Amino acid sequence: MMEKVGVKSLDDLYAEVPNEIRFKGDYQLPEQMSEVEVRQLFEQLGSQNEQLRCFAGAGVYDHYTPAAIPNLLSRSEFLTSYTPYQAEISQGTLHYIFEYQSMMAELTGMDISNASMYDGTTAAAEAVMMAVAAGKKQDTVLISETIDPKTLKVIETYAHFHGIKIEMIRQKDGTTDQTHLNDLLSQHQGKVAGILVQQPNYYGVVEDYSDYADTIHEQKGLFIMDCVAADLAVLKTPGEWGADIAVGDGQSLGIPMQWGGPYVGYMCCTEKLIRKMPGRIVGMTKDNRGQRAFVLTLQAREQHIRRQKATSNICSNQSLMALWVTVYLSLMGKEGLRDAAKLSYAGAHYLCDELQRTGYFLLTYEQPFFNEFCITCDKEVDILLKACVEEGFLAGVKINDHTLMLAVTEQRTKEEIDELVDTIRQIMEEMP
Amino acid sequence: MNNRLYGNLIFELSKEGRKGYSLPKNRFGNYEIPASMQRQEPAELPECDEMTVVRHYTNLSANNFGVDNGFYPLGSCTMKYNPKINEEMAALPQFTNLHPIQPAETTRGAQAVCTLVKKALCELTGLAAFTLKPFAGAHGELTGLMVIRGYHESRGDETRTKVIVPDSAHGTNPASAAVCGLEILEVKSTKDGLVDLEDLEKLVAIEGPNIAAMMMTNPNTLGLFERDIPRIAKMIHDCGGLMYYDGANLNPMLGACRPGDMGFDVMHINLHKTFSTPHGGGGPGSGPVGVRKGLESFLPFVSPYESGNFAVVMRAYAYILSLGKENVKMVGPLATLNANYIKECLKDVYELPIDGLCKHEFVFDGLKDKSTGVTTMDVAKRLLDYGYHAPTIYFPLLFHESLMVEPTENESKDTIDGFIAVMRKIAEEAKNDPDLVKSAPHNTPIGRVDDVLAAKHPIVTYKQMIHDNN
Repeated sequence: MMEKVGVKSLDDLYAEVPNEIRFKGDYQLPEQMSEVEVRQLFEQLGSQNEQLRCFAGAGVYDHYTPAAIPNLLSRSEFLTSYTPYQAEISQGTLHYIFEYQSMMAELTGMDISNASMYDGTTAAAEAVMMAVAAGKKQDTVLISETIDPKTLKVIETYAHFHGIKIEMIRQKDGTTDQTHLNDLLSQHQGKVAGILVQQPNYYGVVEDYSDYADTIHEQKGLFIMDCVAADLAVLKTPGEWGADIAVGDGQSLGIPMQWGGPYVGYMCCTEKLIRKMPGRIVGMTKDNRGQRAFVLTLQAREQHIRRQKATSNICSNQSLMALWVTVYLSLMGKEGLRDAAKLSYAGAHYLCDELQRTGYFLLTYEQPFFNEFCITCDKEVDILLKACVEEGFLAGVKINDHTLMLAVTEQRTKEEIDELVDTIRQIMEEMP
Repeated sequence: MNNRLYGNLIFELSKEGRKGYSLPKNRFGNYEIPASMQRQEPAELPECDEMTVVRHYTNLSANNFGVDNGFYPLGSCTMKYNPKINEEMAALPQFTNLHPIQPAETTRGAQAVCTLVKKALCELTGLAAFTLKPFAGAHGELTGLMVIRGYHESRGDETRTKVIVPDSAHGTNPASAAVCGLEILEVKSTKDGLVDLEDLEKLVAIEGPNIAAMMMTNPNTLGLFERDIPRIAKMIHDCGGLMYYDGANLNPMLGACRPGDMGFDVMHINLHKTFSTPHGGGGPGSGPVGVRKGLESFLPFVSPYESGNFAVVMRAYAYILSLGKENVKMVGPLATLNANYIKECLKDVYELPIDGLCKHEFVFDGLKDKSTGVTTMDVAKRLLDYGYHAPTIYFPLLFHESLMVEPTENESKDTIDGFIAVMRKIAEEAKNDPDLVKSAPHNTPIGRVDDVLAAKHPIVTYKQMIHDNN
């Protein structure tokens, strides 16, 4: 091969690289490991992680993964393919993305969906930019204080560099303060491109968003809702609330927590906004043999065609995780997704009742909740959480020194919940 | 891959009352969800048993082509083989069961993986610090540009809002700059395909105080090493700007040259390219961002957890360990040798606009013999008939018939010779039977698709499809 290329050594292949920047030494890296050594190392590292029974949520939920999903996802025709540019040999990918789009549109009650985004937080940031791009010189977006603080922080990062102004709508007793929203709208008249709220909100509360859509539409802005995907099996949908854009994380649809990712963001919107939407979209068409076929479409919005004028810089989707969600929704179907949601709801309400019965806790917000809730006690939450870890429980997420947030999924058994409550009761008894 | 189309949609297999799931019984008592909270219409999701679902997706997969099916010389995408051990390690339950906001003392093993990967990336790039937060290459680019703007802002250098980008750059470069609130200044390429230094000098002279950064990938998208990189970096640094390295083309530099040593200050790496994590049909990827010493504090909050797409990071670490320090440095030279060999073996029948050594990839400007009317699109589609994925086509935009080939270091001489033989055969076919090539592909589950119909009348959900049929 070297002869054909006309070089005498592999070094000659870099003849044009100036000598002063050539890398000549050895990399300070581990020596090559055999497969068995790699396995042993990872297993040893794995043993340094503690396996806890999970009652934490805050956007990431420990739902069950049906066995068929990882099995189907390991099919390397899916796993090792690239973005489906060559439609003729990518119908597998294009088919499931079309199914994914259809299912997410159903779940959110919206007209259409894109082919998926990185995660829920970046999907929310993209929605904020989309609202501003769709507006006419409207550069402000109002965001409820009841949104996940991590989502807010990501949005603020994007907004700062993109030149978008963020105003916070105050919260009152764990819900969005509609009076303050109206104040902000009149204060920033003509400047508001959209409002963003979360459902269930960060504290697990199911909020009433009646009138929000009408209010913002009067000012020609968009209503954006960020929802926990799995809960939409049961909850009133963004479509029913009159939202223009629905975003969120799809992790709750059977994706393992895997210490932060990969997950999948979803973005759905009204048909009217399709050409303003970022990300890939798959559409139906025909091939030259008259067969129904699927293809990446509306690419004129995208970076590889529009470069700096694109709707976003995003040039991929979270395809394999979209497949994960698609298989999950296919298996669970119309009934299963609802049943899992109802079970999570029942478990969370049972846990909440039992914790209150210990006499140490009060429900922080007297509001309806779904499968996650905040409780307040007069002891230090940090100490409580630490003591629970020693008993093998991840007993929730700290909200502040005296408030704890717990979530329950269909995976948590009654025995586990009873054991958690007993453990907490004991810890509280012994705490000074 | 199956050449017959399996065309069903899961919705078309649905039958009322069928179940593909099982759940524990409710033993919590009667907790009814208030009607006021509930959606009015149920989500019309399919109702299928598990076997139907499994057969459906198995059959769909048979209409797909991946690296495991065959050679995938897609330029700029670095389609390496993805070793199976990496998949197994990433799926270890001791890692996948971790909640991202679990106390630090319970995630020591996972933290160690991140620390070790960051250390390896610093070593391989010559930069001081990395974040694993960005989820993809484009996300990394945006993150890196935020670092650069943050740096200028911190110095009160508010006017620096322009980014120089070569006209050969990936489309994401200008798009990321725009999302970051930056303006683009395009610098021309010379006829040799490299950054035009005269044009750059002019830009710097006029725009100097406004320049935030220059974004480059090196080797560039033509697969050519920008040999003047030290001079370019000096010009940009002298006018107060920073150098951004688009890590899309890092692969040939392993074992040869580090971005930090070339003079770059900020970069992203596509773990799904250089470090062999699977592309997954378009994601998930991972786009760690590295910075020179002194820029660490400007790394922005672009995603919620420091571990980013952690399971992807796990795969990359398994890959680095499997190669080890001895073999990592062979990656670049072998990828480069493969690319040059293909180029030399085909340049008598395909138009090579810029002769000379390439790095990991190179670009043909279509067939040499233009009289047949056979285009790059036709060649690409005909390759599918022979069981190869097509190269990247019509990019970069510098030529009309771009055909960009990247073989990676993984492929054997046998595979590469097979590809060369087929490319030559297609060139022959173009002469002797051009219609055969123009009407390709013939042996794939579907033929060429009507893109215009899809875009003109978008049908993107099953509900729209049903509505349209009625």
